Amino acid sequence: MVTILYFASLKEKLGLAKEVITLPEDVKTAAELIYWLSHRGDNWSTAFAKEKNLKIAINQNMSTKDSAIKNGDEIALFPPVTGG
Amino acid sequence: MTIRVQREDFDVGLELQVLRHNKNNVGAIASFVGVVREFSADSYIQTMELEYYPGMTEKALTAITVEARERWNLIDVLVIHRYGVLKPTDQIVLVAVSSAHRGDAFSACEFIMDFLKTQAPFWKKESTDSGSRWVEAKDSDVAAAERWSEISPPL
Repeated sequence: MVTILYFASLKEKLGLAKEVITLPEDVKTAAELIYWLSHRGDNWSTAFAKEKNLKIAINQNMSTKDSAIKNGDEIALFPPVTGG
Repeated sequence: MTIRVQREDFDVGLELQVLRHNKNNVGAIASFVGVVREFSADSYIQTMELEYYPGMTEKALTAITVEARERWNLIDVLVIHRYGVLKPTDQIVLVAVSSAHRGDAFSACEFIMDFLKTQAPFWKKESTDSGSRWVEAKDSDVAAAERWSEISPPL
């Protein structure tokens, strides 16, 4: 199981802030997870297509699309940050 | 060092007083306050909502502050960032840095702000007369953070 968190515009487009899923066997990296999520249905493909430059954090550390993911991870997906 | 992510407003005068209270080695305090502007892009803002990632945001701010302390000779660092619904003229963020001399305080304060803008998980949503929209990240903010990149970024 992994916990996935969505923030800001991505959260709004998906209508979802958090979910816990069983990681499919062939999903080993962040890029593979994003690909898998974006093929869940129309709303998902539209939301991911519209988010340019999506950022990913694994266990609260900024990561890249090549980063490995594993059971127990907290994975966050969000647009580039705009604080300050 | 103190990192606070809070809904409430803050009192800059009080916070700066705390930084020098009983610290007779402090010779300089540099501070930056970010404020909600009324006019953004092509419309007037009614409210600005700030979202963050509890846990990771504090961790990112801590990492940026630790990096600043490694680069400059600092006595203390305070970062306060608000979340929730704000309106024009409201304070958003305070970065205050104390040191023995002004050079270290000025540089560290700017460094922390530059990395906060590009690395700390906060997102702004503006509500205007014509509806609401998420603020887009600016290339100029990325460039500002990259100026410091002769040493690798903190995150």
